[in-house]
Amino acid sequence: MNIHEYQAKEIFRQYGVPVPNGQVAFSPDEAVEAARNLGGELWVVKAQIHAGGRGLGGGVKLARSLDEVRDLADEILGMTLVTHQTGPEGKVVHKVYIEEGADIAKEYYLGMLLDRAAEMPVMMASTEGGMEIEKVAEESPEKIVKVNIDPSVGFQGFHGRQLAFGLGLAKEEIGPFIKFAKALYDVYMDKDAEMIEINPLIKTGDGKFLALDAKMGFDDNALGRHPDILQMRDLNEEEPTEVEAKEHGLSYIKLDGNVGCMVNGAGLAMATMDIIKHEGGKPANFLDVGGGANPETVAKGFEIILKDPSVKAIFVNIFGGIVRCDRVANGILEATKITDVNVPVIVRLDGTNANEAAEILKKAGIKNIIAAQDLADGARKAVEAAK
Amino acid sequence: MSILVNKDTKVIVQGFTGKEGTFHASQCIEYGTKIVGGVTPGKGGQEHLGQPVFNTVKEAVETTGATVSMIFVPPAFVADAVMEAADAGIELAVIITEGAPVKDMMYAKAYATKKGMNTIGPNCPGIITAQECKIGIMPGFIFKKGSIGLISKSGTLTYEASNQVVKEGLGISTAVGIGGDPIIGLSYKQLLPMFEADPDTEAIVMIGEIGGDLEIQAAEFIKEHISKPVVAFIAGQTAPKGKRMGHAGAIVSGSSGTAAEKMAALEAAGVKVVVSPAEIGLAVKEALDA
Repeated sequence: MNIHEYQAKEIFRQYGVPVPNGQVAFSPDEAVEAARNLGGELWVVKAQIHAGGRGLGGGVKLARSLDEVRDLADEILGMTLVTHQTGPEGKVVHKVYIEEGADIAKEYYLGMLLDRAAEMPVMMASTEGGMEIEKVAEESPEKIVKVNIDPSVGFQGFHGRQLAFGLGLAKEEIGPFIKFAKALYDVYMDKDAEMIEINPLIKTGDGKFLALDAKMGFDDNALGRHPDILQMRDLNEEEPTEVEAKEHGLSYIKLDGNVGCMVNGAGLAMATMDIIKHEGGKPANFLDVGGGANPETVAKGFEIILKDPSVKAIFVNIFGGIVRCDRVANGILEATKITDVNVPVIVRLDGTNANEAAEILKKAGIKNIIAAQDLADGARKAVEAAK
Repeated sequence: MSILVNKDTKVIVQGFTGKEGTFHASQCIEYGTKIVGGVTPGKGGQEHLGQPVFNTVKEAVETTGATVSMIFVPPAFVADAVMEAADAGIELAVIITEGAPVKDMMYAKAYATKKGMNTIGPNCPGIITAQECKIGIMPGFIFKKGSIGLISKSGTLTYEASNQVVKEGLGISTAVGIGGDPIIGLSYKQLLPMFEADPDTEAIVMIGEIGGDLEIQAAEFIKEHISKPVVAFIAGQTAPKGKRMGHAGAIVSGSSGTAAEKMAALEAAGVKVVVSPAEIGLAVKEALDA
């Protein structure tokens, strides 16, 4: 789960990670009120969406008067912001963050995530602040300093020194930087973060470090023990169909093809998409109905797949293990009664009681249900039916 | 022969008396697995599925001599259960539970390693030595005995692959579902040499997916150390970037962890990589005939 910049900064404040003062606003009036509370003569009006690249997309602007704050908030609120991370359809801005202007002397990058190979977190810093870190990693990897932090010993001074010297910081800057990095480590560990990115981290004219931006994602499996984080969830930022699927225990991701897929198990679901492409088609979605594949989940699966008008055929690919194929077959028949399925459904059931299942489907004699012999046969028939 | 587990392996179940634990433990017993007891704190002294229940893993190990534990406890308690098993001298913990927090697994795995305990999973179907010992939730009948070793991140794709191998007239020595979480126990790199050393295994199938670099590590290892034929399939060739495909670890971050890079690395290591998941069985047959 991801959160907004203003929420991440709230968490940062709790842990003593320095951030500029700021306030969230849902309307131009609130934006002016926020700016007035903050005081000063320079403010930044920042669109709050779960995607990077907001500045380039026109979602981050400087204001030098309260009137300008109002105008900019009015302009940004409700706009559809398109960045390299939102996809071409963009994201509608529902709130803005009003922040006091900062005196930027130098920009850095500081981030933290799990190093899967090392099986411990890694903190990364770079002098190329404000740039996309992926790009830096590709073009000039030597500009990224990385340290693995073994959680059994926690963040030590040497971790901080490696990063600080790696960034070429001046002697008097090392202490404040290490303090900053240590606080960030605490946030990451305490909150079960999956990823934290501060881009840019700035050094101000008077030599202080401030998180000018903040991006945070969390381990979904750990949210149960963080009710405060769970409260920060913003459903506006999530794909509505994916949210609906999740509520029913299904894992769904929309893609841009026309062959709908319904599969049990994540790996087989990915493999099903792959074989559809291999056979010359394009998958319309990823859908894992889980191990159960009972009539209700199958019916829901059909409903969700068919919300996408480009779907011209559905490939149901179930490998029955503990769940018996005859039960799944009945589930499919049941599901076609609950949901109106008006496209060809290619069914491949293999594993436990596959023969009985084939018999059940054959007997039912529903004309848009087409039985498949095996994985390849099913994929071919589905691709053909979608043409 | 086989790897890690066989008909003599003594297994206990943590989370023995729960719904999942009960159902799958009884399936394992039916398959022939030597389940010698289980652990449910507070239910020590009772009997369940004809086996003794203990309050602690330590007690269970001391009484039964079990070396393997199959773990079904709820996600929030997985780390505790794994560490308890490691502390009690268990040699291999098979963690079936789905949804364990990554941070917990980071601590639990580090502790297990320190204690010399191997782990499989979490969020996996388990391990099966065909027609001898099943420790997990896979449908046993799919795994006919034979000479193919199988390592897979995905559950149903393991069944799919085994089914294809059997349809080619071959069979499975041992199949290991390693799970698709960001932090997992035994992986390709540790399991490949076991299959290489196993006289009953003639070829190895490895099934990977997008995310992380375990398959790349495997490719490097295969190049240097594996002489038996290896067939691989990588799921998620069509997965979009930045989207988590069901498994917690199945995500392409930026430009790393793609199926394409893994397939290329494996191919360069001499592995027969199939593009279509329907061709796994045939590729194994061809590899053996070659």
